[in-house]
Amino acid sequence: MTHQEAAPEPTGTAAAVAEPPLLDVRDLRVEFRTRDGVAKAVNGVSYHVARGQTLAVLGESGSGKSVTAQAVMGILDSPPGFLTGGEIVFQGRDLLTLRREERRRIRGAKMAMIFQDALSSLNPVLSVGAQLGEMFQVHEGVSRKEARARAVELMERVKIPAARERVGDYPHQFSGGMRQRIMIAMALALGPDLIIADEPTTALDVTVQAQVMDLLAELQRELTMGLILITHDLGVVADVADTIAVMYAGRIVETAPVHQLYKAPAHPYTRGLLDSIPRLDQKGRQLYAIKGMPPNLTAVPPGCPFHPRCPLVRDVCRTDPPPLYEVGPGRTSACHFWKETLDGAR
Amino acid sequence: MAHDDAGAPSSGTPAPGTPAPGAGQPGTSAPGTPAADSPEPVLEVRDLVKHFPLTRGVLVKKQVGAVQAVDGVSFDLHRGETLGIVGESGCGKSTVAKLLVGLEHPTAGQIRYRGEDISTLSGRALKAVRRNIQMVFQDPYTSLNPRMTVGDIIGEPYEIHPEAAPKGERRRRVQELLEVVGLDPEYVNRYPHQFSGGQRQRIGIARGLALRPEIIVADEPVSALDVSVQSQVVNLLERLQDEFGLSYVFIAHDLSVVRHICDRVAVMYLGRLAELGTDEQIYEHPTHPYTQALLSAVPVPDPDARTHRDRILLAGDVPSPANPPSGCRFRTRCWKAQDRCAEISPPLEVPAEFRRTPGPVRHPSACHFAEERTVVPNG
Amino acid sequence: MPEPSVPKEAIGHGDGGSAALALGEAESLERRPGAAPPGAGPPGGVPAGKPRSLWSDAWHDLCRNPVFVVSALVIVFLVIIAIWPQLIATGNPYRADLAKAQQGSQPGHPFGFDTQGRDVYTRVVYGARASITVGVCATTGAALLGSLLGGLAGFFGGWSDTLLSRIADIFFGIPVILGGLVFLSMVASTTVWPVVGFIVLLGWPQVSRIARGSVVTAKQNDYVQAARALGAGNGRMLLRHIAPNAVAPVIVVATIALGTFIALEATLSYLGAGLKPPTISWGIDISTASPYIRSAPHMLLWPAGALSITVLAFIMLGDAVRDALDPKLR
Repeated sequence: MTHQEAAPEPTGTAAAVAEPPLLDVRDLRVEFRTRDGVAKAVNGVSYHVARGQTLAVLGESGSGKSVTAQAVMGILDSPPGFLTGGEIVFQGRDLLTLRREERRRIRGAKMAMIFQDALSSLNPVLSVGAQLGEMFQVHEGVSRKEARARAVELMERVKIPAARERVGDYPHQFSGGMRQRIMIAMALALGPDLIIADEPTTALDVTVQAQVMDLLAELQRELTMGLILITHDLGVVADVADTIAVMYAGRIVETAPVHQLYKAPAHPYTRGLLDSIPRLDQKGRQLYAIKGMPPNLTAVPPGCPFHPRCPLVRDVCRTDPPPLYEVGPGRTSACHFWKETLDGAR
Repeated sequence: MAHDDAGAPSSGTPAPGTPAPGAGQPGTSAPGTPAADSPEPVLEVRDLVKHFPLTRGVLVKKQVGAVQAVDGVSFDLHRGETLGIVGESGCGKSTVAKLLVGLEHPTAGQIRYRGEDISTLSGRALKAVRRNIQMVFQDPYTSLNPRMTVGDIIGEPYEIHPEAAPKGERRRRVQELLEVVGLDPEYVNRYPHQFSGGQRQRIGIARGLALRPEIIVADEPVSALDVSVQSQVVNLLERLQDEFGLSYVFIAHDLSVVRHICDRVAVMYLGRLAELGTDEQIYEHPTHPYTQALLSAVPVPDPDARTHRDRILLAGDVPSPANPPSGCRFRTRCWKAQDRCAEISPPLEVPAEFRRTPGPVRHPSACHFAEERTVVPNG
Repeated sequence: MPEPSVPKEAIGHGDGGSAALALGEAESLERRPGAAPPGAGPPGGVPAGKPRSLWSDAWHDLCRNPVFVVSALVIVFLVIIAIWPQLIATGNPYRADLAKAQQGSQPGHPFGFDTQGRDVYTRVVYGARASITVGVCATTGAALLGSLLGGLAGFFGGWSDTLLSRIADIFFGIPVILGGLVFLSMVASTTVWPVVGFIVLLGWPQVSRIARGSVVTAKQNDYVQAARALGAGNGRMLLRHIAPNAVAPVIVVATIALGTFIALEATLSYLGAGLKPPTISWGIDISTASPYIRSAPHMLLWPAGALSITVLAFIMLGDAVRDALDPKLR
C-alpha cells in the first residue's frame, strides 16, 4: 500500500530533546472500571515538557486530557480509575516506582496543580491567608507570623490589590478572577518546577481570562517553570503554548510546535477543529463541521478512533490503529495519511 | 428586498440615510437602526428595565436595594436578521432573554411585537404572543425533562397550544421536526439521557421550532457544547434561519461565534448597552472602550498574532449590579475616564464627532470620548 | 462491518460521553475540497434499542442489586403473612393453655409458649399484620400529606411557604415518645387507627421538607422554564414537569421511614400507649415478656427478632431504592 512506503518509520515517542525533559510521560494508560464496562480513558499517552516550556494539551471533554494530568499528579480517583501502564519520569525519577510518602512530598513542593473551579478548590471556612500560610507551616515549619507574611508576599506576587488588607478575607469575598489568582499563588507557594493548569480560565470572563492567562505566562517565564496547560480553547493555546499535544479518545493524535500546528496540521482531527471554530477576524464562510461526535470510551471504534468522523477515511483506518509517525522535527501525527493532511493545509 | 439590505452583513457601508437617533426621545426610534428604508421591525425594545429587589427580614420584608440587572436597553430586531447580544457574566444579557420571552416581567419599558406592547400582557393574550417568540436554552442537560420522551418534549408545544396542530397530525409534525434538525425521526420514543449534548441541543431547537415562531431567542445555545459539535449546531441554526425566515436574538459571551452568526451586535455592560452596530462596525471599527477591551482580550487561534496584537488589559472586575457606579457604568475600569463620566451617563447614540463621518465608524456608542481603535488583527 | 460499534444503552458517563446514538450529528456540510464524499463513512442506522425511561433504568438497577432482592423478598413474605397468617400458622393465637405457660420449644410449637401459655410462633406470625398495617398506612398518609403540602409550598414559595415551614417546625418540636404517651392515652380505641393517625401527624413534616426541597430544585431546571416560555399553566408544570422529577427523594425517604414507623409503633405499644390487647402486636408481646427475660428469654427474643428483621428489611429497601434513584450515579 502506498501510504506505507511514503511514511517514515513510526517512532514510539517524540524526537529526543537536547536537555533531559523535566517531565517525561511514557505510554501512560489509565482505565476506568464502571458498571457499563472498562473505559480506556488514557490509552498510551506520551508527552514531555522541559523547564521554561509550555506544553498545551488540547482536547474535548472525554479526551483524557485531565485524567492524564491527574495521573501525573497522583490524584487519580481510584477506584474507578486504575493506572495500568506506563512511566511518569519527573526530574529523572519514575514517579510510579516511588513510595506513597515520597510521592506526596513531590506533590505541592515540586509540582503543583491549578484547577478550573477555584471556589470549590478553596476551603470556604478558612481565610485565604490561613490557607496560603498553611503550606509554609506544613512544608517548611515556619511560624504563624512568618507564614502570614509569606502569604501576603505571595498575594502581591499574583497582583492581588491591597494584599495586606485582604489576607484575612475568605474565598467567597473575592471575585472569580481574584480567586483564580489565589489558586495560582497556592500553586507557586513552594516554588514548584512544574505547574499543571487544568482549564484555568474556562470559568472566567474574557477580560478577566486575559489577565489571569498573562499572569500565569509571566510567572512561568520569570521562574522558568514547566507549564502544562490543559484546555479545549484553541485561542488560549495559540496565545501561550510552545508545543501542543492534541488528544482524542484517550490518545495523542498530534504533537507539534505551536506555529507549525496552526499553519499546517498533520492530523485530520486537528485540521477539523481549526476549521470549525469561528474567527473573530473573519466573517462569512460557512463553518466546517466535523461530523458525528466523540466516541463513548467504553466502545472506542477499532482501528483509528477518529475514523468514523474522518473525511480521509480509508479501509486501513478501520482496521489498523495508526502509530505515531514522526512527521518533522518535534512533530508527530497518529494518522496513516498525515502526508495528505499536511499537503492539503492552507 | 429592503430588509435584506438592512440585515446583510456584506453591505459594507450602511445606507446613507441612517438617521442620527435623537437621544432625547426614546420610544420613537431605536438607536442603531441599520437603514432608514428598512421595514417595520418585528420586535422593538424600548428603555427596558428590570430590577430585582433585594429584601431583608423574615416575616416583614423590607426592600433594601435592587439588583439593576437591566437598566434602560433599547434595540430593534428585523425580520430574518440575527442580533447578537454580547457581554460578560452579570451584564444582564440573560435577563434580557427572559424578558423577551416573557419569563420575567419588566420593571419598566416596552417590548413591542409587531407594534403591540407585549410586556404588559398576561393570560390568554400572552399565551398567543408566546407562539411567535420561542427560546433555546444554554444547557442541553437541564433544558429537557428527563422523564419525558423526545416525542413528548417536542410535541408539548402542541398540547399547550392545541390550535397549532390537529391532534392526528402531531406525531407526524414531531417526526418532521426531528428530521429538520438532523435527527432520526425514529427517535421519538427515546429519552433525553440516551443522547449526547449536541443531539440534545438539536431536540431543544426542534421544540423551539414546533410552533413556527418568527423570533427565536437563543441564550448561549452552543457554549455548553464541545468544540467539534459547536459548529454543527451553529450551522444548523443558520440553515433554519434561511429555511423558516427566522429572526434570532443570539445571546453569547463568545465574541467569535457572535461575529460568525450575527448581522448586528449589541455590546452590553452592567445592564446597559455600550455599543450597537453591524458586525463590521463593532468588530472592525469599535468606538467604545469596553468593546475595544473585550475584543482585544479574546484569544485568537493564531500564534502569529501573539506579538503584534493590540492588547488592552482591563484592571479589576465588573462591579456589582446591586451597586453600579454613577454616570457611565464602565468608568471604574476605563482608562479614559474623567470627572464627566461619573456625572453624566453617556446616551447610546452616534457620537457627535462621527455624525458627519461617512462609513462604518458612524454607529451608536455610549461613550463621551468615543474614538475608533482597531483591535482585531487583519480585518 | 467496521461501522462504529453501537454502544449499548450506556448511561451515566459524566459529561459529553453519555450514550451515543451514532446517528444524526452528521450535518454533512462537507465544504472542504478533496474531502471524502459525505456518504462514504457516516455511521449507519442504529438498531432500534429499546427506549428506556429513567424509571425503567432504576428498576433494572434494582433488580441487579442483591440488597434489594433480599429485602424485597423478605417484605413480600411479610406482606403475605400479614394478609393470610393462616398460611403458615394453623393455630389460634388467642388460645391459652396455662399449663404450658413460659415453656420452651417443643414439637409443634417451635418458639415455645408465653406467660399465658399461648403459642409464641403463632403470635409472632399474627403480629406481622399490625406492624405492616401501621407501617404502610402511616407511611402512605405521611407521604401524601407531606408531599402535597411540601410540594405546593416549594412551588408557590412566598408566605405560604413560610407559614408551612413554621408549622412543620412546630411538629418537629414535639418529642415523639412523650407526645405519643400523652396523645394516645386520651384515646380509648383498640384499633390501629389512632396510632396510624399519630404517626402521620408527626411524620409528615419530614416528608414535606424533602418534598419542598426537591420541588424547589426541580423548579429551577431549564425544562420548567421552557414549559413556562411555551405558555404552560401551573398545573401542567407541576404535574408534568416538576412532580415526576421531584418524587424520587420522597419515595426514598418514605421507604426508610416505613421501617422506623414500624419500630415506633412497637415502642409505643411496649410503653402501653400504642396498640392495646386484644390486638396482637410484637410491641405488646415484647412488653409482656420483658419481666421474664432471664427465666424465659424465648418469649421476648422471637417477637423482637421478627421486629428487627422487618425494620431492617424496609431500611435496606430504602437504601437500595436511593442508590437506584440517586441522580448523581447516572
